[in-house]
Amino acid sequence: MNSSEALSKNAILGAVRGNQPAAQPMPTIPHFHTNKPTDLVATFRESVARMAGVVVTDQVPDLDSFLRAKFPDAKVICSAIPEYAGTIKPASLNHWSEASTIDVSILRSPMGVAETGSILLSDVELQVNTIALLAHDLVVLLDPKQIVANIHDAYDHPYFKLRLYSLLMTGPSGSGDIGGIVVHPAQGAKTLTILLSPAPKAGKPTV
Amino acid sequence: MSHPVDQAKNAEKFLAEPVHEPRLDKLLWAMRLRRDAAARQVPEWEELRTLASAIKEHTLSNLSEYLIQFETRATANGVIVHWARDSHEHNQIVYDLLAERGANLLVKSKSMLTEECEMRPFLERRGIRVTETDLGERIQQLDDQPPGHIVGPAIHKTNHDVAVLFSQKYGSDPNNEDTAYLAGVMRDNTRPDFLHARVGMTGANFVVAETGAIVVATNEGNADLSANTPELHICSVGIEKVIPTTESLAVFIRLLARSAIGDTITQYTSSFRGPRKGAAMHVILVDNGRSARLGMKRFWHSLKCIRCAACMNTCPVYRRSGGLSYGSTYMGPIGIIMMPTFEIRKYSELPFSSTLNGSCTNVCPVKIDIHEQIYGWREVMEENDQIQVVKKEAMRLADEVLSHPALYQIATTTVSAALEVLPHFAVYNRLNAWGKHREVPEATKETFHEWYKNHRPKRNEVPVP
Repeated sequence: MNSSEALSKNAILGAVRGNQPAAQPMPTIPHFHTNKPTDLVATFRESVARMAGVVVTDQVPDLDSFLRAKFPDAKVICSAIPEYAGTIKPASLNHWSEASTIDVSILRSPMGVAETGSILLSDVELQVNTIALLAHDLVVLLDPKQIVANIHDAYDHPYFKLRLYSLLMTGPSGSGDIGGIVVHPAQGAKTLTILLSPAPKAGKPTV
Repeated sequence: MSHPVDQAKNAEKFLAEPVHEPRLDKLLWAMRLRRDAAARQVPEWEELRTLASAIKEHTLSNLSEYLIQFETRATANGVIVHWARDSHEHNQIVYDLLAERGANLLVKSKSMLTEECEMRPFLERRGIRVTETDLGERIQQLDDQPPGHIVGPAIHKTNHDVAVLFSQKYGSDPNNEDTAYLAGVMRDNTRPDFLHARVGMTGANFVVAETGAIVVATNEGNADLSANTPELHICSVGIEKVIPTTESLAVFIRLLARSAIGDTITQYTSSFRGPRKGAAMHVILVDNGRSARLGMKRFWHSLKCIRCAACMNTCPVYRRSGGLSYGSTYMGPIGIIMMPTFEIRKYSELPFSSTLNGSCTNVCPVKIDIHEQIYGWREVMEENDQIQVVKKEAMRLADEVLSHPALYQIATTTVSAALEVLPHFAVYNRLNAWGKHREVPEATKETFHEWYKNHRPKRNEVPVP
């Protein structure tokens, strides 16, 4: 910060201190679990569908066959999970804009949110954040045991205090800017498919 | 000295449109209904509104401490924090960051603050090309217009308008008015700028003091692309956007998209705490009149606003006249109570662009007493002699009539009779602002007082049950 900006900082803080109203208390924030859904997976599926995403509940025995069948034209599949090779890994990208060459990115989310159908992604899972943003299609693995009830529970996740980038992604990108009705895609991923898949035990791939 | 913006006059052009005015009215009312439906799905909705209001009031009343806490945490995360007193300081900081890198292209997501600061023309005059990456904002940029709505900047435009605009600017098919096609044209034309820009910019919906994070909510993913693809992410944010904790963030996220468009959440709700390895992140904390508003006893509550636009979608004046008629960065009910704090003379007429029906207050997720503040601003305008002579005289007459019951009865009886015989020009003239663009309702045969006098039970008469 240069000296001019330091002056600005002091001026702003001085004006704020001089003008802020008498201190008011911070309320206690409940998690509202009295309205918790009984079946988190079913609520999650409904919420994802409402936001134009797809949830696959059946176990996928062979991930490669699944991806080839679902995305027959895909040439570049970027895998950010250890149990599947894909055609490239995030580490092979020299520049983050190179993720625009990706047809399908596959990754694992550490948390889903039943209330909204959101999945959590962070810079650690993604390694290169743009693989979730510039790729045409996204496939995300999620352990159904890691679905929480609502957004209050979601923001208890430690990632929001630890990670540099934490994204609650809910369905593929969309825009309601023309005519007020949301259409897909907008600037980001065109589709989002979530595979409910138990988290692998160390060294034992499950998909 | 600026002339006052005449919202009613500006609205005339929009009202004369046979397609746009009824379409906008219908579209925004549908959004209001979707908001109502979404709110009904959440049993604790009213409790969330009360919490959101209390959290904001707590934060604003301890704002200096939270700003310092944010700066400390963000700096520890590797973010460079700047402070800007006004729009010029803000714009200069952004320009210097671009110039240091020799960058001549900026990709940015929607930010009402940068509109408020008139940043785009500032940068363009200095040779920087700015690409708005939010679809609605880009449409407005290409059409050389400011945003008409804070959530959907081009919501007043029809698919036909956009198809013609894109065909002129991008060479797309002018006859294809399909929404998905038009969104695709935008995607195809914006993607190269995302990939080539070395600097990206976002606003912020919230700033979390506890973690030093900025939080951005979008549907398109354009903010995440603007922040993540280039090597420098600049975030501009007003000082009132700070909230204490991640725990409190949850309350606002549950309210924001539901209030705005009736969705449970935006597609991308992103927290940025610091730059990735090899990249940089700068946050500019902007005052631009906010600290002064904090000291306004009657009006500081407007700083609680989370920019959901629910008050616009429900406002009958906004829905019928469109956002551009306000001639201001912020429009609709929230604009009416914010804009006079920037320039009292210029926006002295805006508080009269309201029916004071209170609908805006009822839908506000952070319980800003919007319609009471609108009324408060009318009083301020009168106290500061900012009211036009015609309006002032009309109000003086109304005050005289309404405070004398006998005079009131004579007036209502006489006006009813007169309306039947007066020629059109005598009723519809510049003194009758209400009669512009609408017919005065047919006068009743008798006033309520006359009816009551004729129908009330006579003494000793038993009323019919």
